[in-house]
Amino acid sequence: MANKILVVDDEPNIVLSLEFLMKQAGFQVRTASDGEAALAAIFADPPDLVLLDVMMPRKNGYEVCQAIRANPDWAGVRIIMLTAKGREVEKEKGLALGADDYITKPFSTQEVVERVRELLAETD
Amino acid sequence: MMSDSIILASALAYMGVLFGIAYYGDQRADTGRSIIANPYIYTLSLAIYCTAWTFYGSVGLAAVSGVDFLPVYLGPTLMAVLFWFVLRRIVRITKAHRITSIADFIGSRYGKSGLLAGMVTLIVMLGILPYISIQLKAIAASFSLLRQYPEVSRLAVSTQHPVWMDTTFYVALVLSVFTILFGTRHIDNTERHEGMVAAVAFESLFKLLAFMLVGVVVTFLLFDGPGDLFQQAAAHPDLAPLLRFEVVPGGYGGWLSLTFLSMMAFLFLPRQFQVLVVENVNETHIRKAIWLFPLYLFAINLFVLPIALGGRLVFSNGSVDADTFVLALPMAEQMPMLALLVFLGGLSAAASMIMFETVTLSTMVCNDLVMPILLRANPRWLARRSDWSGLLLGIRRVGIVTLILLGYLYFRFVGESYALVASGLVSFAAAAQFAPPILIGLYWKRANRRGALVGLSAGFLVWAYTLLLPAMARSGWIGADFVNVGPFGLELLKPYALFGLENLDPYMHSVFWSMLLNIGGLVFGSMLSQPDPLEQVQGSQFVDIFKRERHDGDSLLWRGVVETAELYDLLARFLGPQRATEAFDRYAHDHSGYPLQADSRLIHYTERLLAGAIGAASARVMISSIVMGEVLSIEEVMTILDESTQVLEYSRRLEQKSHELEATSAELREANNRLRELDRLKDEFISTVTHELRTPLTSIRAFSEILLANPDMEVEQRSKFLSIIVKESERLTRLINQVLDMAKIDSGRIDWHVDEIDLRTLIQDAINSTSQLFCDKAVALHEELGDSPVIIDGDHDRLIQVIINLLSNAVKFCPEQSGEVTIRLQPSLMNRWRIEVLDNGPGITSDQHKLIFEKFHQVSNALAGKPKGTGLGLPISQKIVEHHNGRIWVESELGQGATFIVELPGAG
Repeated sequence: MANKILVVDDEPNIVLSLEFLMKQAGFQVRTASDGEAALAAIFADPPDLVLLDVMMPRKNGYEVCQAIRANPDWAGVRIIMLTAKGREVEKEKGLALGADDYITKPFSTQEVVERVRELLAETD
Repeated sequence: MMSDSIILASALAYMGVLFGIAYYGDQRADTGRSIIANPYIYTLSLAIYCTAWTFYGSVGLAAVSGVDFLPVYLGPTLMAVLFWFVLRRIVRITKAHRITSIADFIGSRYGKSGLLAGMVTLIVMLGILPYISIQLKAIAASFSLLRQYPEVSRLAVSTQHPVWMDTTFYVALVLSVFTILFGTRHIDNTERHEGMVAAVAFESLFKLLAFMLVGVVVTFLLFDGPGDLFQQAAAHPDLAPLLRFEVVPGGYGGWLSLTFLSMMAFLFLPRQFQVLVVENVNETHIRKAIWLFPLYLFAINLFVLPIALGGRLVFSNGSVDADTFVLALPMAEQMPMLALLVFLGGLSAAASMIMFETVTLSTMVCNDLVMPILLRANPRWLARRSDWSGLLLGIRRVGIVTLILLGYLYFRFVGESYALVASGLVSFAAAAQFAPPILIGLYWKRANRRGALVGLSAGFLVWAYTLLLPAMARSGWIGADFVNVGPFGLELLKPYALFGLENLDPYMHSVFWSMLLNIGGLVFGSMLSQPDPLEQVQGSQFVDIFKRERHDGDSLLWRGVVETAELYDLLARFLGPQRATEAFDRYAHDHSGYPLQADSRLIHYTERLLAGAIGAASARVMISSIVMGEVLSIEEVMTILDESTQVLEYSRRLEQKSHELEATSAELREANNRLRELDRLKDEFISTVTHELRTPLTSIRAFSEILLANPDMEVEQRSKFLSIIVKESERLTRLINQVLDMAKIDSGRIDWHVDEIDLRTLIQDAINSTSQLFCDKAVALHEELGDSPVIIDGDHDRLIQVIINLLSNAVKFCPEQSGEVTIRLQPSLMNRWRIEVLDNGPGITSDQHKLIFEKFHQVSNALAGKPKGTGLGLPISQKIVEHHNGRIWVESELGQGATFIVELPGAG
């Protein structure tokens, strides 16, 4: 069965491009445009991996990441942070809060797909 | 009859109370808890200025010549105004040099000159005798009058009785005893008398209350208040002129000279110098005395005129001497208690003056007259004595008795011819002779000993010739021709009209000539002679008192050698072993021990302590008798002094520089903080900008890569992705433009093209260029722009940018199809115009109303979906509007749509 991916970003065009890429790679894709919508989606049906933007309205990426890691039921959910800020601090903060990897914007489409695949392969 | 025993008993009881206060004050001072260390006591002690002369004499004078008594109080009031400049300087110097009296002060200033100090003492002695005599006379007169109670009669204090039957003589004896008890109980190395000052302060309060009580009784009991009193007086042919200023016997010149004399006397009478300067505990007390003392004078003078007029009206037959009105009025009204109180008030005014004056004077006589002579005459004999304090006390006690008895003699042989006021003024004129050497010496370094000697002698001789001798002539001791025709018939030498200077009152005349010669002698004498090193040192220390922080200049003069033990012995002889030990312990404490071989600092320390006991000049003689060694040359001293002054000056400048540096570095720190804050804001701006730039860039790159990787994509999807790329590119362009705009505006590098523009046309143009947006979303636009052009001064391109921004924002937030936007142009208050843009979008909560004008702040509303924007449109609009002296703001509530309002001033 195909892995489930949740794409979370407040920029519709970015969501659109990621959705397209993930579907093309054969994953099952859902989307959310802010933090709370993302948590609702995870609650309804925990995905295998979340592509999570940081700067979002109504709960930013860090808060969502923290909320996921706070729930033991969701321990298996992989998280890749999408950050527009290439600064070390931002990356470290994400990793410290329990993210598994990060990708800086603007990203290479090929790299995104590869990272997602790698991370899911490790889990399996 | 009021029995003598009652009067004497109450007088003695009153003196006992004073003595008790003095004793208590001394005790407290010994335990270091001074009772006089406050400005009110200080001010009250200054009122020792008001003697029996004030208490009885002012009324006497007012009864004859109206307001003529005032200059004597005007002078001190004027002097009080100068306290902060003159008195503070003198006090500072006196403390630094442990000066003990006015003679000591003048002697110290001019090179610790014993000759000068002795001369001052002599002048004071001669000059003050008339003053002491009038106090004795006042006590005796009031006593004689009071014992006749209830009968009031004019009785001259007779000098016809033999001495042993003369009341005044016994008054003098009793006062001598009290003075010795009060003032010479021990030798104090600071020469301060806290107990006596406390007693004087009490006495000042007592005489004020007694006098005012009489005033109140006369004004309100004898008459129906001041109105009635003055009306009756005005109706009286003899008294009416007194109420007008035209009765000024000496003319305005007389007023002027009296005011001047009392100004000087207030500062330079020995007892005044003592209470003002030597007894001053704290310089800051002066500040309060500046206004408080004139207030005291005002209070004590308030009832002078009412009592004088009342006396004249009550004793209209001239049966009573006006000088005794204060006492005679209560007696005539059968008020024995009040009469007794008045007697005690007068007694205390006179007694305190006599006691304080003679204690001060006896110290001067001892330190500046007797000791120097003894030291010079037989130094060996003196050096062998082990305890000097007994000798010093003995000299002072003899001095006190002698002075009071001399005062009595003056009264007996001269005083009778003069009223109270006249004798007092003779003394004032003598005290005024000290003004030039002190005041000029305070500010002019070059004033030297020779000048002071010449000036002071000349001034003194003129004083004696023009005031003292004529006074004697009036008493018949010298032929009256001396005054009327001149000595040996020489008209030019007439004492009241020297060199033909006639038509002045005697005091004015004397002041003129004595001051002329005194000041002239001082100035020319100083300019024509060279000062010795000590004079220069002292001169510059006095003048620069506020510039120097340490006063060790003259310790440099001691280069000799002496054992510390010898110094100690010397000090112990004068102060007693106990005080000497205390003093050396204090020195050891402050300087961490003292050397066996005394250094110049310790020698100087001892000299100053000694100066406190025996005066500067004698102390110098004593020290130099045991210190072996040479005295430094003038060049050496001046070099050292100059250096220390320069070092001080230099360090002061350094201090100033360091203050400036501190201020500068504080400014720098402030600027740095501002820069850092700006830096932080810039960092934030850049990081926000890059974030905003990355967002469209991310989409562009992602879709470009997708298109590249999928060449066989369906046409429909491909064109959708391509249009996203185009839109995001436009967004990127817009963003870059706005960031540049913002940067330009922020840095002020933008060019404004201000011109007369028509707002209506401008809005029309803005609508045209945004019409496509309205069409796309099918939003309706209503225009309410009026019919006529609206001319304002502004930059057309920038303002149109603002309107376009507002219109596109409105469209952006309006719902599709049902959206409605209204744009309105209408006049506002004060020649201003209002542009409103209304929409029916989601609205903005009030907490966001300000925030939306901040850079990169966008209203986020997930429900409505996030409209595309740069977050710079409104901040830029705000900057543009504000540059036009206008205002932009929003009025809105959530769910109610939003109204953006721009207000601009019309053409000027």
